[in-house]
Amino acid sequence: MASKIISFTLNGRLTEVLVKPLTTLGTLLREQLDLTAAKSGCKQGGCGSCTVLLNGQPVLSCLLPVEEVEGQQVITLEGITPTDGLNPIQEVFYENFAIQCGYCSPGMILVTKALLDKNPHPSREQIIDSLTGNYCRCTGYEPIIQAVEKAAQRLNGHEG
Amino acid sequence: MTESKLNVVGQSVLRRDGLGHVTGKTVYIDDIKFRDMLYLKMVRSPVPHARLKGIDFSEAEKVPGFVRAFTHEDVPKNIYTILCLIGVGPDEEPVLVEDEIRYKGEQIAAIVAETEEAAMEAVSRVKLDLEELPAVLDVEEAIKPDAPVLKHWGTNYFIYEDYHCRRVRLGDVEKGFAEADFIVEGRYQTSPIEHAPAETTACVAKPEADGRITVYTNTQAIYFTLDNTALILQVPFQKLHFVGGTVGGGFGGKVDVLLEPIASLAAIKTGRPVKFKFTREEEMRCSSSRGAWRMYFKDGVTKDGRIIARKITTYADAGAYNRHTPYAVTKHAANIAGPYRIPNVWIDGYCVYTNRQPGSAMRGFGVTPASFALEVQMDKIAETVGLDPWSVRFINAYRDGDMKPHQKVVEDATLIEVMQAAAKMVGHELPEEYQKMSSQALEEG
Repeated sequence: MASKIISFTLNGRLTEVLVKPLTTLGTLLREQLDLTAAKSGCKQGGCGSCTVLLNGQPVLSCLLPVEEVEGQQVITLEGITPTDGLNPIQEVFYENFAIQCGYCSPGMILVTKALLDKNPHPSREQIIDSLTGNYCRCTGYEPIIQAVEKAAQRLNGHEG
Repeated sequence: MTESKLNVVGQSVLRRDGLGHVTGKTVYIDDIKFRDMLYLKMVRSPVPHARLKGIDFSEAEKVPGFVRAFTHEDVPKNIYTILCLIGVGPDEEPVLVEDEIRYKGEQIAAIVAETEEAAMEAVSRVKLDLEELPAVLDVEEAIKPDAPVLKHWGTNYFIYEDYHCRRVRLGDVEKGFAEADFIVEGRYQTSPIEHAPAETTACVAKPEADGRITVYTNTQAIYFTLDNTALILQVPFQKLHFVGGTVGGGFGGKVDVLLEPIASLAAIKTGRPVKFKFTREEEMRCSSSRGAWRMYFKDGVTKDGRIIARKITTYADAGAYNRHTPYAVTKHAANIAGPYRIPNVWIDGYCVYTNRQPGSAMRGFGVTPASFALEVQMDKIAETVGLDPWSVRFINAYRDGDMKPHQKVVEDATLIEVMQAAAKMVGHELPEEYQKMSSQALEEG
């Protein structure tokens, strides 16, 4: 099968790419576009390290064919990182040691963004529920959950 | 008096690598890419034990993008053992299988190709001529006289200074058993565990203009890996430049030398950068796991709860090769009698080879299984004697000045203080006699 041209919005910019059929979004980002924040931990949808946002929703880029993003909005961790400094969610992850080896962090941060964009006041249970697809083998889940709570407070402007 | 002000101690110091991690700018091995980079994939054994009679690459060579295959004949010093650097021997693991396969997933041949897909496709087309052999998968079966022999020295166990196992002897256990009121026995088994780091094991080897090879790697043991790679390739150490330190989770799973020697060899032979990254499946099925252990305890205990004799026979399942297990058994033998004052101890610790995926390092390896078995055994003793589990540990706790079974005088005992603190934290009221105990004071009783 012939390669196809796919157009979509990537981190706010209209992007056109030429891909072979069934190339995954993860492979496109990492191998063709050199956006390596999204990781490739298992390539089978099991770990969440490849998470990106598709129209604001977390998706596993290792399983998503690029054809599926035609005309849609894709955001990677690079896309939420300001030119100077950090996004508030990145700040709280950094300040509260919600990172160890760092391999799950891009996915964790994007899942947090998706959650807080639609639910600015999540309960602890809702936070845990939203993080269930993201694996942290350093078992740093508790600091990550606390960072999401603190991120919500910071974004809502009433930090305790 | 001026108060001394400390800049770091007592302060919360932000991680040096934290900004890279939260922005995705940290460079892990799989994020590294070079122009002209080749991808390496392994042909692996589909069976746990076999004679390798031939390899046919003819179909693999036809795959577009195939560059070249490597077998053991290409490896200058194919047989190694990683701990040769601390005097462990003899060498016994092949970088690539020569004539005998000893575990399912073992590395038989390497293929490099222009793309990862082409390398995988070529691997899938390699035909192996195998004569399957009976496999031995249990440590106690493996040391029976009729078991298939896996090692060139004729046994399925590691030899410790001319002995069949690591031995520890203190006093006379048989005399202790004769004087005991109770004999408490136990059999304990732990399972292999995969470290499952989020980032799989990987490296990129890149030939430089001056003839050196730069190896970007996520190893946890960079100098061990550099030295072993130099020995395997028979090149001077300074020909290799290892760059590492960024590890996407390791937990002991990235201390073996499975990738760098073959990737470096491929880089030297092709003159091009070579990436070798485990798939998740390889990480689960072919990388070293935490080793499995089987431990037998026989304790002689008096009716007031004193352990006066402890006899332990313990078997580490090294899997097919040494990796770090001979060392783990020594560590295990030094710790398995526990932080207790026992006058008569007898330990036989075996490092046993089977046709399983090799075990190796993982967080306290050797000691963690010992602690599990030992402390379950302590609870069993408490139950048998009719004491509560705290008492049996305070009664037998070691103190400074005691002789440990491996002939080392205890100098830094803290068991009593740790138990006192733990009791406080969980809200357990200890009897006054235990509250007053100290590791420093050598009291009778």
